[in-house]
Amino acid sequence: MISKTQRLEVTLQTLLESVDLAENIVVGVAEAAGFAGEDVHKIGMAVREGVVNAYNYGNQQDQTKKISIAVEFDPDKMVIRILDEGPGFELNEVPDCLAEENLMRTSGRGLFLMRAFMDDFKVRRNPAGGAELVMVKNLPAVGSRNGSSQPK
Amino acid sequence: MALQGTCREVGDVAVVDFSGKITLGEGSAILRKMIRELVEQGHRKILLDLADVDYIDSSGIGEMVAAYTTVRSAQGELKLVHLTRRVHDILQITRLYTVFDVQGDEASAMRSFRGTV
Repeated sequence: MISKTQRLEVTLQTLLESVDLAENIVVGVAEAAGFAGEDVHKIGMAVREGVVNAYNYGNQQDQTKKISIAVEFDPDKMVIRILDEGPGFELNEVPDCLAEENLMRTSGRGLFLMRAFMDDFKVRRNPAGGAELVMVKNLPAVGSRNGSSQPK
Repeated sequence: MALQGTCREVGDVAVVDFSGKITLGEGSAILRKMIRELVEQGHRKILLDLADVDYIDSSGIGEMVAAYTTVRSAQGELKLVHLTRRVHDILQITRLYTVFDVQGDEASAMRSFRGTV
């Protein structure tokens, strides 16, 4: 059972394989916390999109830069933070991927999907540099959690 | 599972049966390569069967959009069939469900291509 005071921190290299690795790690944590089914899928996808964002746009595929991921639990939610070492960005400056003129673009949907899959999503400029994506998923009600989070 | 695609011809339609994930990296690269090869070979009616694709990320969606544009630029048609619920939902929320011609089954898809009797 995940203690509600637990925090997991992972530092990944800016490599393509870090995307799958990050997703698999956070999916494992989410399942241990009691998430199941589509919630796990959505959390995994949001993390994937966040790390792809850090890899491609934040760190510009620069292998000398790192991607930091932190997962922590409040009493009723799972908070995931993904930090890159790039210049940072403002969410309101990102083109709307649902706008007619942007529908046929081949990129630009990652942030939208993160917002769609998580219960809350913010972008912060890290004071020390980089963009920090902060995404929140509310923990499932105790009765609907998967068996792994039940007290033994 | 990395994306795999096998192509078969049904009349003048190239049907590509995909399985695996369409994601950043190998998966999206395979999709891109197969579509380009089909167009270079002269195929103008292409049907993507996604029955065994249960995972697509934003890069995969971008590659699908690129595939659509590539085929349309060659005066061809690209259609989709057998979407899994997850792929269907992602195309819906990104407003791409109405852009792609999504067919209910292969027979309907075949009839829907231009010039098909």
